[in-house]
Amino acid sequence: MSGALLEVGGLSKRFMRGGKRFTALDGVGFSIAAGETLALVGPSGSGKSTVARILLRLVEADAGSARFDGQDLLALRGSALRAVRAKLQMVFQDPQAAFNPRATVGRLLDDPLRIHGIVERAGRPKAIAALLERVGLAAELAGRAVHEISGGQRQRVAIARALATRPSLIVLDEPVSALDVLVRADILRLLVDLQRDDGIAYLFISHDLGAVRAIAHRIAIMDGGKIVEQGEARAVIESPVSATGRALVAATPELPRATENAS
Amino acid sequence: MALLSVRGLGVRYGNDVHALEGVDLDLDAGERLAIIGESGSGKSTLARAIAGLLPPAAKVEGSISWPELGRAAQNGRDIGFVFQDPASSLDPVMTVGDQVAEVAHVNLDMAWPAARRLAVELLDRVKLPEPQATAKAYPHQLSGGQKQRVAIAAAIVAGPRLLIADEATSALDTIVQAEIVSLIRGLADEDGMALLFVSHDIALAANLADTIAVFRHGRLVETGAAEPLIAAPASHYTRALLDAYLGLDA
Repeated sequence: MSGALLEVGGLSKRFMRGGKRFTALDGVGFSIAAGETLALVGPSGSGKSTVARILLRLVEADAGSARFDGQDLLALRGSALRAVRAKLQMVFQDPQAAFNPRATVGRLLDDPLRIHGIVERAGRPKAIAALLERVGLAAELAGRAVHEISGGQRQRVAIARALATRPSLIVLDEPVSALDVLVRADILRLLVDLQRDDGIAYLFISHDLGAVRAIAHRIAIMDGGKIVEQGEARAVIESPVSATGRALVAATPELPRATENAS
Repeated sequence: MALLSVRGLGVRYGNDVHALEGVDLDLDAGERLAIIGESGSGKSTLARAIAGLLPPAAKVEGSISWPELGRAAQNGRDIGFVFQDPASSLDPVMTVGDQVAEVAHVNLDMAWPAARRLAVELLDRVKLPEPQATAKAYPHQLSGGQKQRVAIAAAIVAGPRLLIADEATSALDTIVQAEIVSLIRGLADEDGMALLFVSHDIALAANLADTIAVFRHGRLVETGAAEPLIAAPASHYTRALLDAYLGLDA
């Protein structure tokens, strides 16, 4: 791990909202090493999703820089940008909203393999089966329509689709927030396994510190468009120093401990 | 005498699938009951059945009675209902003050001027800033947490005996969720309201409720006092839910 895979500095963005200027990001900086998970945690409106949108080039930053794999991510255009998109993938909260509901699972996985020229046509059915297997799904699922499968299966398909282009970084924007409790734990375990096997780095965006604790090496806490605290995950959760960090820790529900049952 | 008594409740939406089957449940006045389950567990169907909010096509068997009231409960007057998504339960083109006032106008036969004054009092009770001014705001001018406070004000304005919160905090971020839970708990305490708190979050429920009822595939898996149930669940399913819980304890 020499140097950072992603190095973000001074990221700023203002939007117009209801006729007023609204500062979504104000000088955000962080870095992610290869194979590492950084969690961006914060309340609604803290700016964490705006960071993701800028990195994915869905919105333009007003100021700041982002170097990914040695390239100036925010300046890339055309074929160079398409090439980087293969290495920088994304998974959203609700894959149903991101996918054509009538497309088959196989078609969704065929797209990235074809568009990025990863696998020749003849080899694609086998590659699709292998991708499904990697995310714990049966190869037969390739023939099913996206709307026919469960939410947890859909999120596995979204992860398989992201894996198809062999990325070095995946931006995960609230990837388990909409899932049932038992499915949520399975998906987090899958993400951890994939990282261990392939050394993929994650930018994990969430408001849920419980999920973050299960996956992140480091945590950056955002509020009001700024990073207010950043550090090793365990240290931030055990002794947060920012007001927002303390509020997030205090607000996270805990199961009552057996020793407290007497109260 | 129980406030609410549910016996052999079953709900079906087509001919084949039971959304809910054979449910027996009691709720005392002032009791806080958490209904826990994943999607498809029937927990929202139960909440809606109790509030009389099932779609007309639903086929219902069994009974829902209100021994303490001695009559059927009426949603809006005897029951306040708070939904998951405040944006879809509030009318986008009506001021939030009027939406709260309307519930009092309809259910308490209150004249509009008095209902509007009561609405401002309620907006204050749910701790919205500047209730006079907020009453004149439209839903889109408020944050998600503020909208949910308005929905809670509308749910309790008629002084219901039971407040039902159906995943009322699930769409909110962690910090706002904790504030809304604490508001709901405080209001239920102050008014002696019973609470039916429907949630997928077993830790959130355990911290709020006296009693927990766990649902799966339309059936009641187990029910009991919150602390012993969390400490020693009888069912494997509840155990699995507890094991999968992602808290901050290592």
